[in-house]
Amino acid sequence: MGAKYFGAAVRRVEDPRYLRGEARYVDDIKLPGMVHAAFLRSPHAHARITRIDTTRAAAMPGVARVFTFADLARFMKPLPLFGAPPPGLAARVSFTMRQTTQYGLCKDVARYVGEIVAMAVADSRYRAEDAVDAIEVGWEPLPAVVDMVTASEPGSPLMYADWPDNVAVGFTHAIGDADAAFTAADVVVRERFRVQRYVGMPIEPRGVVATYERRDGTLTTWNSTQVAHWVQQGLAAALEMPPHKIRVIAPDVGGGFGTKAAGYAEDALIPIAAIVLGRPVKWAEDRREHMMAAAHARHQVHDIALAARRDGTILAVRDRVWLDVGAYNSWGIVLPYNTVAHLLGPYRIRNLHVAFKAVVTNKTPNAPYRGAGRPEAVFAMDRAVDCLARRMGLDPAEIRRRNYLRGDELPWDLGMPYRDGNPLVYDSGDFRAGLEAALRAARYDEFRRAQPALRERGIYRGIGLSGYVEGTAIGPYESASVRLDLAGRVVVVTGACSSGQGHETSFAQVAADVLSVPLEWVTVIGGDTSAVPFGVGTFASRSAVTAGSSIHDAATALREKIIRAAATLLEAAPADIAIEDGRVLVRGAPASAVPLARVVQASIPTFAGPGVASPDFEATAYHHVPTVTWASAVHVAQVEVDPETGVVALLAYLVAHDCGKVINPPIVDGQVHGGVAQGVGGALYEEMVYDEGGQLLTGSLMDYLLPTAMELPPIETVHLEHPSARNPLGIKGVGEGGAISPPAAIANAIEDALAPLGVRITETPVTPARLLALIGAKKTA
Amino acid sequence: MKPAPFEYHDPRSIDEAVALLARHGADAKVLAGGQSLIPLLAFRLARPAVIVDINRIPGLDYVRNEHEGLAIGALARQRQLERWALDGSPFLCTALRHVGHAAIRTRGTIAGSIAHADPAAELPALLLCLDGSVMARSSSGQREIPARELFVSHLTTAVRADELITEVRLPGLPDGAGWGFLEVARRHGDFALVGVAAVVALRNGRIAQARVALFGCGAAPVRATPAEQALAGQAPTRGTFAAAAREAAGTLTPDADLHASAEYRRSVAHTLMVRALAAASERARGPG
Ligand SMILES: Cc1cc2nc3c(=O)[nH]c(=O)nc-3n(C[C@H](O)[C@H](O)[C@H](O)COP(=O)(O)OP(=O)(O)OC[C@H]3O[C@@H](n4cnc5c(N)ncnc54)[C@H](O)[C@@H]3O)c2cc1C
Repeated sequence: MGAKYFGAAVRRVEDPRYLRGEARYVDDIKLPGMVHAAFLRSPHAHARITRIDTTRAAAMPGVARVFTFADLARFMKPLPLFGAPPPGLAARVSFTMRQTTQYGLCKDVARYVGEIVAMAVADSRYRAEDAVDAIEVGWEPLPAVVDMVTASEPGSPLMYADWPDNVAVGFTHAIGDADAAFTAADVVVRERFRVQRYVGMPIEPRGVVATYERRDGTLTTWNSTQVAHWVQQGLAAALEMPPHKIRVIAPDVGGGFGTKAAGYAEDALIPIAAIVLGRPVKWAEDRREHMMAAAHARHQVHDIALAARRDGTILAVRDRVWLDVGAYNSWGIVLPYNTVAHLLGPYRIRNLHVAFKAVVTNKTPNAPYRGAGRPEAVFAMDRAVDCLARRMGLDPAEIRRRNYLRGDELPWDLGMPYRDGNPLVYDSGDFRAGLEAALRAARYDEFRRAQPALRERGIYRGIGLSGYVEGTAIGPYESASVRLDLAGRVVVVTGACSSGQGHETSFAQVAADVLSVPLEWVTVIGGDTSAVPFGVGTFASRSAVTAGSSIHDAATALREKIIRAAATLLEAAPADIAIEDGRVLVRGAPASAVPLARVVQASIPTFAGPGVASPDFEATAYHHVPTVTWASAVHVAQVEVDPETGVVALLAYLVAHDCGKVINPPIVDGQVHGGVAQGVGGALYEEMVYDEGGQLLTGSLMDYLLPTAMELPPIETVHLEHPSARNPLGIKGVGEGGAISPPAAIANAIEDALAPLGVRITETPVTPARLLALIGAKKTA
Repeated sequence: MKPAPFEYHDPRSIDEAVALLARHGADAKVLAGGQSLIPLLAFRLARPAVIVDINRIPGLDYVRNEHEGLAIGALARQRQLERWALDGSPFLCTALRHVGHAAIRTRGTIAGSIAHADPAAELPALLLCLDGSVMARSSSGQREIPARELFVSHLTTAVRADELITEVRLPGLPDGAGWGFLEVARRHGDFALVGVAAVVALRNGRIAQARVALFGCGAAPVRATPAEQALAGQAPTRGTFAAAAREAAGTLTPDADLHASAEYRRSVAHTLMVRALAAASERARGPG
C-alpha cells in the first residue's frame, strides 16, 4: 500500500456541510403526516404508581393518543442488557451479578426521576407537552436509595425486594500478593477519593423518527445513535420482526460520547407508536429530558492505599471501589472491570487487590462515557501517587520516573484477563519515554525553577501530571464493504457510525491508499443498516482500528480483483498490472493506462458477450482483532489558583500520547482536544447533583456547567507513534484518551499550587467554593 | 420544553402596550429580548396567559446623552450600549461584558435585565451603583423610580404589573472618579456568584466619596451604605478598604445554591470589595 494519504493532514471532507449548516440531524427529518411524541417522566426518585388517568389528556385538541404500559403491554419487553462477563474473564474472576428488568414504559414502580411513565402523541410537540401536563398519576412514594456507600451496607432500604442488598455487581480481584507487599513496605498512604456523576452531554440531544409501511411491513427509523445495528437488533427482538424489515439510519449525529451507545426505551417506543398509529412519529429529546433521561456516567468512590519502598518503588495497590450505577444495571461488568483493568496503568506494579461493588440507587442509569471507568481509576491512582510523592518528599515527576514501565519491558503481561477475556498484555509503547517527552515539551523543570519566586509574590502556580494506559478498540469486529461504481468511483460502507469523528475522511484515506485512487473518489457511508447487514458501532475508541482494518482488508481484496480483471482487459499477466492514481496500466507501458471505470465497464455483459470479469467489484471484510491494543499518554496541566476566591485558571495543557500510527493528525488532535475539554469539565465544572431524596437538582445547563471555549487553555499535543502489531494499519484508538487524565492532572496541579498550604484534593469538580473551604480549613488549622 | 399556550399581542405603540397591560394586569408579561423570559416559558416555570411583545414599538431603541448621563430606551440592546460604551465608558463596557455572551447581549435589553431583577445580574447593580432610575409608564401616567427603591427582592421590582419600563437613566461617573468592577462566576458569561461595582472619588489624597454595590449576595443587589459613609474622608489604603469590606460583608445575607455556599459568597464579597475599591481609587484622579 502506498501511503499517499495515510498520515497526511488532509482536510475533513464532512466539514463543508457542517459549516454551511447543511448537516441533517434526526430533528431535520420531516415526513408527511408526522406527529410528535412527548413523555410523562417520573417526578419521583422512587414511587409506586397507584393510578394513571389519561382521559383528560387524550381528549385535548390535536392529541392522537396517550399510551401507558397497560395500553402497550403486548409490545413491552425488557430493555436490552449488556455486560455479562465473557468466558475467559468469568473463568478467572468470580462475579456476583444481578441484572434488572426495565420496560419502555414504567410498569408499576418508578425508580428514578425521569423514568418514562406515559407517552403522548399529538400534532405538535407543544400539544403533546400540553397533554403530558394533563395526565393524572397517583403516586405512593417509597424510600429513596441515594448514597452509594451506605446503600451497599446492610440496613439500607432495598431497590429490589428480591435482592439481599443493593449490590448489582460484586467481585474481588487480586494479582500477586498485596498483603505481603503491604507488610514489607516502608511507606503506606491511603485516601478516599470521590469522582462525581458527570456525563457525555452531546450538543445534539437524542432523537428518534419512525415510519411504518403497512403495505410491505417495513419499519424505517432515524435515530441519533452510535450503534445503528444494535438498535436494529433491539427492535427486531422487541417487535418480533426480521432484521431486513427494519432499517435504522443514524444520520448526522451531533456528538455521542457513549451517551448514545446505550439501549433506550425511546428507541422502541417511537417505532411502536408509529406502528400503532399508522403515522410517522417524531421525538426530539429536549435538554431538560436529556439531563434526567439520557445515561449518566462516572460516579465512583475509591478507598485506595499504596505500599512503597523507601526509594519510591511502588510495591502494591489496594483499592475498595463503589460505583453508583443508578436504578438499572444494564451494563453489567463493563464499567467495574474497566476500572480494575486500568488501575495500574503505566506503573510497574506486581501486586493488586481490589474489592468492587457496583451499587443500584434511585438515579438515572449509568452507561459508559468517554473513558468508561478509566478516568475514575486514573484519578484514584494518580492522586494517590502524588500523595505518596508528597509524603516521601519526592517530586511527582521523579516518583513516576522510578515506576513507569520502559519500552524495553514491553510486552508487559499483567497476569490478568482483559474485559474481553483475553490476556491483558500491553503490546507496545514506552511509558517512561512518553513521560520524559511530556516533561520536556511542557518545560517542567523551568516551571519548577520559577515556582518559588512566584510564591514569594503571592502567585500560586502549580503543575500536575497524570498518565494512563488504555485498552482501545475492543472487538470482536467491525464490518466494511468496499465497491466500485460504474464510473470507477469508490463506495465504502461500514457498521461504524460517526458522531463527528471524521470517519468520512480517515476511512477514505485508508481506502484511497489501498486502491491507489484520488481521495475525492471515495465516499464513506456509515450508520445505515440497509447498507451493510452486520455491524457493531462506534464506541470504546474502536472504529479506526476495527472498521479501518476491515476497510483495509476489503479494499485489498477489491484491488486484487481489479488487477485480475485489468490483466484480462489489457492482455497482461496480473503481476505486471499496476494501479496508479485511479488508472490501471501495464508496468513500464504508460500508454496502456485506462481509467478504473474502463475496467468496470468492460466487465458488464453486452449483447456481444460476457465481460472480462464479473462486474461486482465489491469486497466485504469482518476483520477480527485478537484483543484490544494499548494506547497511552501523559498529560501535564498548569494552573494558577487565587487563594482568596478559590478560582482556578488553567494556564496550559499538554498531552504527549501514543495512538500508534496517526491516520490524520488534525483529526487526532481534534479527538484529543475534545476529550481534554470534557476532562476539564470533570475536573472543574460538571456534576449531576441529587438531593437526599433522590431529586435531580441539575435540571438545565444553567446548573450543570459545561466548559466552553472560554474556559479551555491552549492544548498542545505531542504524537508519539509506537505502532500496534495487533492490526494491519499499526494504529490504536484515540477517541477517549483525552478525557481520561485531566481530572487527575488538574487536581494534582491545584494541590501543587497550594502545596505551601497543604491542601489535599479528594474530589471533583474542584469548584471555587469547595477549594476556598479547603484553603480556609488549612488557614484556621 | 415548549411554552404552555398563551395569547400573543405585538402592540405598535407605548399607549397600546400599556392599554394591554392595564387590561390583563398580572396575567400579562412583557416580552423584550426574551433572554430570560423565553427560557422561563420553555420550562413552563412562567405560564402567563398573555404576552405583550414590545419589539415592534418604533423609536424605543435609543441610547442618548441626557440628564447628565444616559437615557436608554426600553428596546436598546445590551450589545448596543456595549458598543456605545467602547469609546470612553470603560466602566459600563466592563460591566456589560460580564453579561452572558455576545449572542445573548445582541437580543437582551438593558431595561429587560433591570426589570427581570436577577439578584446576581450585573446591570441592576450598575444602576444601583450609579444612582440611576427607570421611567415607568402605565395607562394612568408616568413615574420615575430610583434604583434604591426599585429592587425589592428576588426577581421582584417596584414596577407594577400594569407598568412598562420605557427608559433607563444611567448617570455618569462623578468628575475624576475611578471605578472598579469585579465578579466571580463559575464560567465566563455566567451570572455572578458574587460581584462588586465600586466608584471612588478622591480629594486631597483622601476619599471624597465611595459607592459600592454588591450583587449575588442576597435577594437583591445592595448598596453598602454604612461602609460608604465610613470610607468618606479616609485615606485610600488596603487597610481602610479591608475594614469597610468587613463591615459590609458582615451585613450580607447571601443565599446558598448549587454553585456556592452562603459562606463562600460572604467571604468573596469581602475580597472583591477590597479589590474593587483599590482598583477604583487607583483609577481616580482627584483634584490635588
Ligand atoms: C445563557 C444566558 C446567560 C446569561 N447570562 C447573564 C449574565 O451573566 N448576567 C445577566 O445579567 N444576565 C444574563 N442573562 C440574562 C440576560 O441578560 C437577559 O437578557 C436579561 O436578563 C433580560 O433582558 P431581555 O430583554 O432579554 O428581557 P426578557 O427576557 O424579554 O424579559 C425579562 C423580564 O423582564 C420583563 N420586562 C422586559 N422588558 C420590560 C419592560 N420594558 N418593562 C417591564 N418589564 C419588562 C419581562 O416581562 C420579563 O419578566 C443570560 C441569559 C442567557 C440566556
